[in-house]
Amino acid sequence: MIKFFNNKTKQLEGDIDGYLDRVTTAGLIFQEGVKAYVSGKKDKFERNFKDISILESGADDIRRDIKHKLYTYMLIPESRGDVLGLLETLDDIVDICEKVLEQFSIEMPKIPEFLKSDFIELSELSTKAVEEVVKGARAFFREIEMVSNYVNKVHFYEHEADDVEEHLKRNVFNSNEIESFSQKVHLRYFAEKIATVSDVAQSVAERLSVYAIKRRI
Amino acid sequence: MLIIIFFLSSGLFLGWSLGANDAANIFGTAVGTKMIKFKTAALICSIFIIIGAVVSGAGASHTLDKLGSVNQLAGAFTVALAAALTVMWMTKAGLPVSTSQAIVGAIIGWNFFSQTATNMSSLSKIVGSWVFSPILSAIFAFLLFHLTKKIVERSKIHLLHLDLYTRIGLLIVGAFGSYSLGANNIGNVMGVFINSSPFNDITFAGSFHLSSIQQLFLVGGIAIAFGVFTYSKKVIMTVGSGIFKLSPVTALVVVLANSMTLFLFASQGLHNLLTSLHLPTFPLVPVSSSQAVVGAVMGISLAKGGRNINFQKLGQISLGWVATPIASAILAYIALFFMQNVFMQSVFK
Repeated sequence: MIKFFNNKTKQLEGDIDGYLDRVTTAGLIFQEGVKAYVSGKKDKFERNFKDISILESGADDIRRDIKHKLYTYMLIPESRGDVLGLLETLDDIVDICEKVLEQFSIEMPKIPEFLKSDFIELSELSTKAVEEVVKGARAFFREIEMVSNYVNKVHFYEHEADDVEEHLKRNVFNSNEIESFSQKVHLRYFAEKIATVSDVAQSVAERLSVYAIKRRI
Repeated sequence: MLIIIFFLSSGLFLGWSLGANDAANIFGTAVGTKMIKFKTAALICSIFIIIGAVVSGAGASHTLDKLGSVNQLAGAFTVALAAALTVMWMTKAGLPVSTSQAIVGAIIGWNFFSQTATNMSSLSKIVGSWVFSPILSAIFAFLLFHLTKKIVERSKIHLLHLDLYTRIGLLIVGAFGSYSLGANNIGNVMGVFINSSPFNDITFAGSFHLSSIQQLFLVGGIAIAFGVFTYSKKVIMTVGSGIFKLSPVTALVVVLANSMTLFLFASQGLHNLLTSLHLPTFPLVPVSSSQAVVGAVMGISLAKGGRNINFQKLGQISLGWVATPIASAILAYIALFFMQNVFMQSVFK
């Protein structure tokens, strides 16, 4: 009986770790995808987009499986709701990463040369926020007192991303190089979309810090 | 035989109510937080209460016997009935009640009625233990909480594995707690019948010996187990999710502190060991598991920095030390009077 539960527990631990790996990977693919698009490497960008779509549906399957196991084997009754809530909000990160690359693929915004570095920096900061929130989620499972450390880092990167986003938008609207107003609005839209990834990471971090307080012994 | 069963019935009723109320102190949080199924908890609880009662119930019962040896079956019936009615009445009034305090009061009532001198050294030992047991439980909980916190933090154990170990821990500690409860509290239920035990010693297969007192305790243990199965779920659901909401790990600490306290006041083996080592011993006295639990929860609150200490609860505990025995003594006195003068039964020799 104990062996059975021990095996199930180990399996589930593996599933959760695997799920968290996928969220980190989604962040990295997202960053690579934006870089590839901005640098004009269309083939690489499409590969990234395809990869993230596959990863997104795989992550959904793992999450459903974790949920099923948690309820079937009646594990962690006290923190079950919080764990599922955490996994669901982490899923939002994967979704938004995929959505942004999809919009790039469909709308194909024209990125002027002078804005390329800003777009890349914005995607890097958003990805860093994702990486830190995933580390925070791992800490939630193993090292609860470290959660606040990672949550702070997420807040930091989100704030940095906000600054870059604002700077980028000002550059767009102050520029004489971009003539049409519609293109300016289009670029603003993409700047906002990339920054949304860090916003979602921040909202996961907020939840995480509440769950961590609840889980303290 | 029928008369014997009739006279034992008040003790069995007291046992039933003990099982119904006190199982929650051992498995309340584990079941309330859905860490352990009620059926599993009830089974383990019943088995170990019976084992504790039969194997180690003599020590605490002996102290009650020293306080006042109720020497007629009808007297024992009345004393146990008075205690059971006090428990029932105080439970209805919403006051935290302990069978230990009710039975001690009822025995003193019998002493008064039979004009037997109450053994003051036993009485002071008993009352001292009542005051000391929640304090001891709080100290245990305080220390165990810090120890557990350190272990959990240092080991970086995964939430899921912590959950698994906590479940196993709750089962093992629950079994230990049930054993200690049976050992410590069987005296409350059957102690007054010792001097008028209707059973004879039996030896099975030449080696397994069951004394008349152990048979009495077995019957009492079964009555407690019956209380656990039939009525404790309701109490568990109130305790487990209501009065003290604890995390499963803290619940484990509370149950362990409670069980250790009950064990110290019940174990003849430990008593002998401490005596042989020339160490101070714990008197073998029936104490209240409900009060030990409250003590343990207080200990946790102190360990967390002294927040949420419920002073009203502390007041209620001290009220229980005085009000329950007095109420029970008065009730026993009146009941003995009726038993002797209305039902014409001899209640003492």
